[in-house]
Amino acid sequence: MAKLDEALVSSKLRYPWRASRVLGYGKGMAGGLLFAAAVVVPFFLSNYQVFQLTLAYVYAIALLGLNLLTGYNGQISLGHGAFYAIGAYTAAIMMERWQIPYGWTLPAAGVICLGVGWLFGIPALRLEGLYLALATFTLALAVPQLLKYFEAWTGGVQGIVLMKPEVPWGLPVNQDQWLYFLTLGVLLLAMLLGRNLLHGRVGRAIVAIRDHPVAAATMGIHVPLYKALTFGVSAMYTGVAGALGAIVIQFVAPDSFNVFLSISFLVGIIVGGLASISGAIFGALFIQFVPNYAQDLSKAAPWAIYGVFLILCMYVMPTGIAGFLRRLTRRWQVGGTADRAV
Amino acid sequence: MTALLEVEGLTAFYGWSQVLHGISFVVAQGGITAILGANGAGKTTTLRAVSGMVRTAGVVRFAGQRIDGKATEDIVRLGIAHVPEGRGTFVNLTVEENLRLGAYVRRDKARVAADLDRVYGYFPILAQRRRQLAGTLSGGEQQMLALARALMLRPRLLLLDEPSLGLAPFVVREIFDIVRTINREEGVGVLLVEQNAAMALHLADRAYLLETGRVVMAGAAAELRQNETVRRAYLGY
Amino acid sequence: METLLQQLASGLASGGIYASLALALVMIYQATDVVNFAQGEMAMFSTYLAWTLLNAGVPYWAAFVATVVLSFVGGLLIERLIIRPVEDAPILSIVIVCIGLLVILNSLAGWIYSYIIKPFPSPFPPRPLRLGSVVFGTHDLGVIGITLLMLLGLYVFFRFTPLGLAMRAAAQNPVSSRLVGIRVGWMLALGWGLAAVLGAVAGMLVAPVVFLEPNMMSGILIYAFASATLGGFTSPVGAVVGGFLVGITENLVGTYVPLIGTELKLTVALVLIIGVLLVRPSGLFGRATVRRV
Repeated sequence: MAKLDEALVSSKLRYPWRASRVLGYGKGMAGGLLFAAAVVVPFFLSNYQVFQLTLAYVYAIALLGLNLLTGYNGQISLGHGAFYAIGAYTAAIMMERWQIPYGWTLPAAGVICLGVGWLFGIPALRLEGLYLALATFTLALAVPQLLKYFEAWTGGVQGIVLMKPEVPWGLPVNQDQWLYFLTLGVLLLAMLLGRNLLHGRVGRAIVAIRDHPVAAATMGIHVPLYKALTFGVSAMYTGVAGALGAIVIQFVAPDSFNVFLSISFLVGIIVGGLASISGAIFGALFIQFVPNYAQDLSKAAPWAIYGVFLILCMYVMPTGIAGFLRRLTRRWQVGGTADRAV
Repeated sequence: MTALLEVEGLTAFYGWSQVLHGISFVVAQGGITAILGANGAGKTTTLRAVSGMVRTAGVVRFAGQRIDGKATEDIVRLGIAHVPEGRGTFVNLTVEENLRLGAYVRRDKARVAADLDRVYGYFPILAQRRRQLAGTLSGGEQQMLALARALMLRPRLLLLDEPSLGLAPFVVREIFDIVRTINREEGVGVLLVEQNAAMALHLADRAYLLETGRVVMAGAAAELRQNETVRRAYLGY
Repeated sequence: METLLQQLASGLASGGIYASLALALVMIYQATDVVNFAQGEMAMFSTYLAWTLLNAGVPYWAAFVATVVLSFVGGLLIERLIIRPVEDAPILSIVIVCIGLLVILNSLAGWIYSYIIKPFPSPFPPRPLRLGSVVFGTHDLGVIGITLLMLLGLYVFFRFTPLGLAMRAAAQNPVSSRLVGIRVGWMLALGWGLAAVLGAVAGMLVAPVVFLEPNMMSGILIYAFASATLGGFTSPVGAVVGGFLVGITENLVGTYVPLIGTELKLTVALVLIIGVLLVRPSGLFGRATVRRV
């Protein structure tokens, strides 16, 4: 344990804010307020707006997964849309083909993606940085074709249409609001689990591997095991998000899981902030709502904006929105800045 | 007579740490100046500062012209050839390609061809290995290649960073002999950085002793050779 | 036998395209240590430029040359303006900037030219060439000819000209290169310019086959990735050989292994890439590089 703590100390030196609990109280309050707002807000929005917000939460779960891998563990994935697709099709096939209640599809998608992610993570262990990016990018491009190929299961190009879940237990909400609360619940659970994972021993190992793989190995961290594990858990998060996404949208089709889905996840974690849990929410709101407004300009505009944001983030705001806010509040509270390079 | 290279109050930084604290020295026209010192004294940094490879303050004049703050690529074009620490050969290029790169900034093609023959004359072993990849050469041959590549520039000033490092004594002697020949016959000035103080003081006419980024002793090489402190600390007798 | 020869010819033709693009990837990889994920979109955008010129009534070969020149300048500018600021940043940052570039070029093309598929002319006559009983497509033969010519030109450039030598030197050892007076930054930019040219030619040659649309290069880029991986990212010769190997294999497999056919093309490339990376990460011709810790 002492060794792992040394690893943490080294990352604390580089990311001083983690060591600080100064903001703990204020952060808790802000979190509470945000939660209250999140609970109240669906009652003041149209069904369509509730649906959009729900989808943003779905993305946030997927982004948590990708951030675990890329932000915390330092492994680049340009193909997380593949795991999202697996989750979505797991849900769709279970619900439509086998008439299994939708509630069961979430754990099923999670377990399947954990397994697939783990399996993919094993060869990925041997692929350093750039090659991992290459392999996952190819995976992202190959997904729609694969989905079309297994037509008997996936319904081919036509996709699968799903039923909208009924509201259980006679709750006083409509179907959209129910899906909203369900997704919000899963998101909070995912954030809590992610937080606990990262603040524990496993999390320290994950971060140590990113910061200095060789040192981590000499400290007795089983690097391959942790990297494959991170890949699996990351895929699990994204898979659960995929299942939820399928339920919320009530439709899956191969071409919605193209390479641009994977890229928008990347946009999400970059804009939201690498290695930040709250960043996932900012990132998800960004990828959900920016395209909506940009679409008015041109069909192509959202992507042009994404591209510009990706590049600008790398130039000026390497810590994303979350890191930027953190820096602002730190400057205000402690009078210092916590800067870091990605 | 103005000096070939005149350095005044040179300071240099790596990131936030200061490595040189205002050192001054000269290389006379056609002279050989040696800078001696232990590991970490700032010898390599001094050369890198002259070539514009580190952030510096202070004045560096080459043939009367200010060159501090200029880019490395432009300093090379003035006729300063730097044989870096670790020799800096292009290991995946052939010996001849390495030599041609030495003359990269020159536009007088005919004379470059002649110079190629000239350096092969200095180093016959390189002529034998001209088609071989530089990475396959022995340490001594690589040092010769590095020196030969520097000569291909037709430099007015040669910066040599520890040419003796890791080489057998007879190879070192051969290389130093060639440096002396070039200096005498072509009037090329030499700024030499060395840990092998005995060899360096033998070759040089002026010498400076560097300790943690400061010049602690300066004078004619012959004087330093006689100096009690230098003898005990650096010459070992 | 005739089918085999025909398939071989079209395999070589698509192989030439893959080889060009793979060589472009390798060139940038060697110079800047980054896989240019935007290579395909750069090629696509160049092809749209050519289409614009052709549409304006410029004769084919004039448009071809103009596109090559414009692409060269474009590649140069991309390196100087967009890649330069992150040159020393970690791999993740550079990859992300490349992805950003990919997305921008893709959407710009969609914005300007719409997503509607456009036909693109071939400079070669549509009449097939008959050699005995074997029929070859003239476009295929033309593609093979042009790519071989271009590869030969690059070989001569890198092998025999001072500038080519300086570019190789700059890619290998930037510090020593500066010490002999090479302006390393410009060499890197030049590498991007040449890569853009390779991409532009590949794009213009493949467009008559796959048609012109913003996503036309994505599948081809994957095959170029596979080619470069197979040949080795550190070896230009490897990339070219890899390109032709992949092209021929693709055509033969497509013809003789109906199960895979064309429907799983991308998956085959994926398996190939991961397989090579696992079995022989440096590729057939590449050098194993020492990893910096």
